[in-house]
Amino acid sequence: MSEKPVDKTKIRSAKKMRDLMTTYYLDALSAGQNNKQVAWITSGGPVEPLVAMDIIPVYPENHGAMIGSAKMGEDLCAKAEDMGYSSDLCSYARTDIACAVVKGGPIGGLPKPDMLICCNNICGTVLKWYEVQARFYNVPLFILDTPVCHTGYAPEIAEYVRTQVDEYIVFLENMTKRKLDHDKMTQVGKLSFEAQHLWQKVLNTTAHKPSPMSAFDAFFFLALIVTLRGTPAVVDFYKELIAEMEQRITEGISVVPNEKYRLLWDNLPVWYRLKWLSASFSAHNACLVADTYTSAWCGAIKYIDENNFLDSLAQAYTRIYLNIGVDQMAEEMLDMIRFYDVDGLVMHSNRSCKPYSFGQMDIMNIVRKQTGIPVLMIEADMVDPRSFSQSQVETRIDAFMEIIKQREK
Amino acid sequence: MKEIDRFHAAVNDTPATALHIHRAGRKTIGYLCSYAPEEIIYAAGFHPMRLFSSRHEIILAENHLQSYCCSLVRGILEDSLAGRLDFLEGTVFPHTCDSMQRLSDIWRMNGKYRFFADLVLPAKLNTKSAAIYMEKVLTRFKEDLETASGKKITDTDLSEAIAVCNRIRRHLFFIYEWHSQHPGVIRGADLYALVKGAMIMDKKEAADLLAGVAGRLEQSAPPAGRAKRLILSGSVCDTPDIFDAVEKAGGAIVGDDLCTGRRWFDSLVPEDAPPLSAIAQRFRNRMTCPAKHAGLTARADTLVSLVRKHQADGVVFLMLKFCDPHAFDYPYLKQVLDEQGIKSMAFEMDDQQSSQGQFSTRMETFIHML
Repeated sequence: MSEKPVDKTKIRSAKKMRDLMTTYYLDALSAGQNNKQVAWITSGGPVEPLVAMDIIPVYPENHGAMIGSAKMGEDLCAKAEDMGYSSDLCSYARTDIACAVVKGGPIGGLPKPDMLICCNNICGTVLKWYEVQARFYNVPLFILDTPVCHTGYAPEIAEYVRTQVDEYIVFLENMTKRKLDHDKMTQVGKLSFEAQHLWQKVLNTTAHKPSPMSAFDAFFFLALIVTLRGTPAVVDFYKELIAEMEQRITEGISVVPNEKYRLLWDNLPVWYRLKWLSASFSAHNACLVADTYTSAWCGAIKYIDENNFLDSLAQAYTRIYLNIGVDQMAEEMLDMIRFYDVDGLVMHSNRSCKPYSFGQMDIMNIVRKQTGIPVLMIEADMVDPRSFSQSQVETRIDAFMEIIKQREK
Repeated sequence: MKEIDRFHAAVNDTPATALHIHRAGRKTIGYLCSYAPEEIIYAAGFHPMRLFSSRHEIILAENHLQSYCCSLVRGILEDSLAGRLDFLEGTVFPHTCDSMQRLSDIWRMNGKYRFFADLVLPAKLNTKSAAIYMEKVLTRFKEDLETASGKKITDTDLSEAIAVCNRIRRHLFFIYEWHSQHPGVIRGADLYALVKGAMIMDKKEAADLLAGVAGRLEQSAPPAGRAKRLILSGSVCDTPDIFDAVEKAGGAIVGDDLCTGRRWFDSLVPEDAPPLSAIAQRFRNRMTCPAKHAGLTARADTLVSLVRKHQADGVVFLMLKFCDPHAFDYPYLKQVLDEQGIKSMAFEMDDQQSSQGQFSTRMETFIHML
């Protein structure tokens, strides 16, 4: 009997990543038994001070993604609607608000928070969402208010956010009744900085033709840089992942077997249709090589001073991808189109995410004008499958790929 | 009342109103929400005018904003793209919700008007650092306006502007109170035309006319009827038919926390403090927009106290479709009202659709329950 052949296209590091995330969630779920405090924090929020103070960070948005991937979004969204929340609200928020009450979802709900940290650099929705949860759990809420940089980083914004970083530390010191260990903070800052560099390097590997991984893989490997940046585990893991990607490049292993067309994805993933979308594009020999979403967790690295982390944190967390003007977002997208040498742009018009989706049509026009590449816009929602029409999206993908194929390369 | 007709006329033809004011020497700066510091715009020699959707069919804005964007934001962009706002010298976008934030970008990128400013106010209103920041944002805005107008804005200019705006607020406050004590003394549709008109007309003219209205209303006090006393809660209600429908169903509007109502004129700017600090102080203390954070219970506290103060029989939530900040607050506000034994109903509206029939039916049912 011959051994089962090893699927060379599979990324080996995926298993280790799953293990790391399982350990992380087990730690978080048993925080109470180990006398550790839990802070819920928004995906764009500065987690490093929490890590430095030994508080376990938990990400409702990551949880929302898990719910979406597990295809449990519909029930939980409906439950939130029964509670009076409009079906037009963000599906991450709706599922999380419902989950807190019914303890549903793939892991039976998140561990109860001791405090909430809300940074509004990604949207105004998180402010409302965290207010809801602060009332539900009756725990203190810290708001890090990062004014939108429509056209630049004004000095008054810099001063306001920097002051709030100090307020944040004081808040954590009061919550833990401990002083921040500045040496540890420096160390965590350096690890976070290094992890963001490595994450950028991971994403950069897809500039190679054919690409060793796709945006769908990036959506998966993203969880670590979101949840655990500032810890050594992330640094070690991404080093291994880069090594694996480099090996795949050397051996000529691509994620899409006959990659002919390269695409850029915009907005959050459609979590409940990742496999289907990946297969639909692969069937056309198309690989989604990059996306604007996962790169948000290393996009502001240019503002970080690893030797002066807390000072530079203000700017780095305020000037992230979503907290800038639409014209600047278009510029960043054009850079990506050039760097990854893509043939088309796929935009997810995401009913759940207004700051990400409004402005997309203007960006689409800029991209068309400046690069001439075809653009496809898919109407969907990241977690709630009720706004997704598979047959319609399938038809549109086919038509879009036909246009790309007809274009002279 | 002929004074009230003037308000209706201004509301019904904003370009003509703007043109008239321009001829008298003030160019118009449009603003998008009630956190716009009208006093600074006025002190700079411009005319501050609130923008609303004229509710034309959405055609041009379809190329910029998806269907799940609220009708107010899409409607205002449609008006701009269709040239219906060509009377504007410029616009200012105070930062509130995600949709307005992106409208500001799209608006700026279209670059149709001479003057443009983002007023990136803090989202938090209840900390010291946010207060300091807010004042700096206002200072920057003042400087931007000085550059645009080519003249310095003095403290005297600001104090005069504050005085005019406060006069409008005082008169509206009096009219609201009088109407609450004597429902029926003025139609709801007229009451809200006074507020909307005051956002659109020349400030001094509005203040003078409102003084006249207040004086005349004070002369009449119709006997207490049997109408059920209601508080309206929500964001923007720009549909006069709604007010008629409330009254027709047997209701009287005795108060509100609307952005097109009390929230716009709530609280005075202190006249004995440095002007910009005073303007910032009012923004922190007045009724809160749910896109801002003034504490976890601020909006519920305000709503319950409105109900108590005006001895209301119930609350009507007017929800603008796709308005996230209000939709997030609704379940909590309803819960607090339920706990206090205050009845409420919620109605979802869209600027583009006339849902008056449905609203009337719901209203009648609700009034019967009270």
